[in-house]
Amino acid sequence: MHNAGMVSIWFLIGLLLTAYGLIITAVSVYQSLVPPAALPVLANLRAGIWWGLFILFLGCFYCWRFQPRKTRRQTLDT
Amino acid sequence: MTGRLVQLSAPDVLIVVLYFAMVIGIGLYLKRYTNTGDDFFLAGRGMTAWIAGLSFVAANLGALELMGWASAAYQYGILATHWYWVGAIPAMLFLAIVMMPFYYISKTHSVPGYLKLRYGEGARAVSAITFAFMTVLMSGINMFSMALVMKVVLGWDIHFSIWVSSLTVAAYVFLGGLLSAIFNEVLQFFLIWLGALLIPILGLVETGGWNGMVARIHQNFPDQDFTHLWRTLGSFADNPMGIHWTGIVLGLGWVVSFGYWTTDFLVVQRVLSARDLHAARMAPVIGAGFKMLVPFIVILPGLLALAVLPEKLVGESLAAVNGGHSYNEVLPLMLARYCGPGLLGLGITALIAGFMSGMAGNVSAFATVWTYDIYRALIRKNASDAHYLTMGRWCTLAGVLVSIGTAYLVMQFKSIMDYVQALFSFFIAPLFGTVVLGMLWKRTTAAGGVCGLVAGTISSIGMWAWVKVNPAALSVIALSSNARDMAENMYRALWSWLICVSVTVLVSLATAPKPESELVGLVYGCTELPSERELRLTQRPIFWAGVAAMVFVLLNLIFW
Repeated sequence: MHNAGMVSIWFLIGLLLTAYGLIITAVSVYQSLVPPAALPVLANLRAGIWWGLFILFLGCFYCWRFQPRKTRRQTLDT
Repeated sequence: MTGRLVQLSAPDVLIVVLYFAMVIGIGLYLKRYTNTGDDFFLAGRGMTAWIAGLSFVAANLGALELMGWASAAYQYGILATHWYWVGAIPAMLFLAIVMMPFYYISKTHSVPGYLKLRYGEGARAVSAITFAFMTVLMSGINMFSMALVMKVVLGWDIHFSIWVSSLTVAAYVFLGGLLSAIFNEVLQFFLIWLGALLIPILGLVETGGWNGMVARIHQNFPDQDFTHLWRTLGSFADNPMGIHWTGIVLGLGWVVSFGYWTTDFLVVQRVLSARDLHAARMAPVIGAGFKMLVPFIVILPGLLALAVLPEKLVGESLAAVNGGHSYNEVLPLMLARYCGPGLLGLGITALIAGFMSGMAGNVSAFATVWTYDIYRALIRKNASDAHYLTMGRWCTLAGVLVSIGTAYLVMQFKSIMDYVQALFSFFIAPLFGTVVLGMLWKRTTAAGGVCGLVAGTISSIGMWAWVKVNPAALSVIALSSNARDMAENMYRALWSWLICVSVTVLVSLATAPKPESELVGLVYGCTELPSERELRLTQRPIFWAGVAAMVFVLLNLIFW
């Protein structure tokens, strides 16, 4: 990123995805334990759980890879 | 159609609210980094190739495009993919390799700014005023369309949708300018992919893969070919779009696509924010790579809907009378089919993010063109940078207010929408003729450029009016009595471009050219382009443009 000290856009994306991953995984696990009356098509595949986990993993990766302390150090090095 | 398509649960609402909190937070955070005009209007010219590239492609990945092209895929089948492949990829690669050096080396801050350097103040004024005017009108139309979608899909009040989304956009663009808009476009890009990708994955699982989907479509629609990209384009009568391959290749692939991707400032502004020429050339190549993948989340859901939806979707007016679902609802319907709570919230957030970033793109481009190409050029020439920065911030708010006004106007008179969209199309094709000749032919003169631009625009308006007054004229413009509306747009663009180029060439040959010394940095043959020989092969934009071109050809052959 161009401004020294600026938090990376990728870190902000990571934060939001981590929150979304947590919410989607938690809701989907709950729904699989207490199924609602109307289920979406292919609900047996538990898409919400594995998609939520994928988003959570992606979010955590971005948060770790582009954490402000790390990117600030890289900016100073360059 | 009454009621709503989907019902959001509490976790879905939480996901939407978190998105709004994040974009406002980003705006507040970035305000401290937008202290100069360059920061506000060009994001400090500090974006990496990846950020500029994703923002470049995301600026054209709004919810209207997603829902519109998913709907088109349901109506016309895989032919809609042409707007993502032949209608985008060659133009993006051309921008990267051929045109970007001139935009970047000339240090222009906008496309009208380039026209000023190449052709003089007159060309800039015409281009800037029409662009600024059209951009805020388009923003208002997008806003109204979003409110309408939210009403149909979620049952939200139209006024609530308009005011909440526009005030949020106004706040974050006012605070962070283009930087804020770009950050949110990249965020939106992720949300759209993560929110929409599950639909084709689960759809293909349900149909048993591509072959299973094709078999089901043939079973449901035995008389039509929805799954071939080029095979049905030999005749206007053989495909549901009523278009010939010449219209797709020359009209869409050459004129409309090159006009949009290389001269529409809304998208070019994203690339101008790159930190150096190398990043500016790589950005459209990266954008092209992702653009080629977009049909998998837009067109494929439309095709899957043809295969799996139990009811047949119909046009908007028929749906209103009979109470069924319309083509335009295909994406939300597929979302509701496969996604439970949480995932549904993510999908809806992706749509809202798409609408808002589209609006932000329009407003930030408007602020730049108004401040630099109209206010500074025609009203107040020598003010300080701080003054122009303040002007940029306030005209962001003014742009949003005009957009809101337009949204309410469209609510009263819906036909305005068609007129404004047509109006926008009048300028794109001739502008491309003017810019590309100016960049590649040093003999082009200022008089030639302006005359060509005006002649091309007037001829485009003339052809449009002719078809409006006499629909039979379509067969003359599109060269076939079987041609339909889509074909008219393509051929009209082609003719207006040819008229613009012909007039520009003729007038240029009859008038005195500028001395070559005044064309340095602006025209091919007068500009020394930076060498890339010191870069490794895999670092060169031309290498990746070649890879993208090969993938593009391969995809067209696979789905021929």
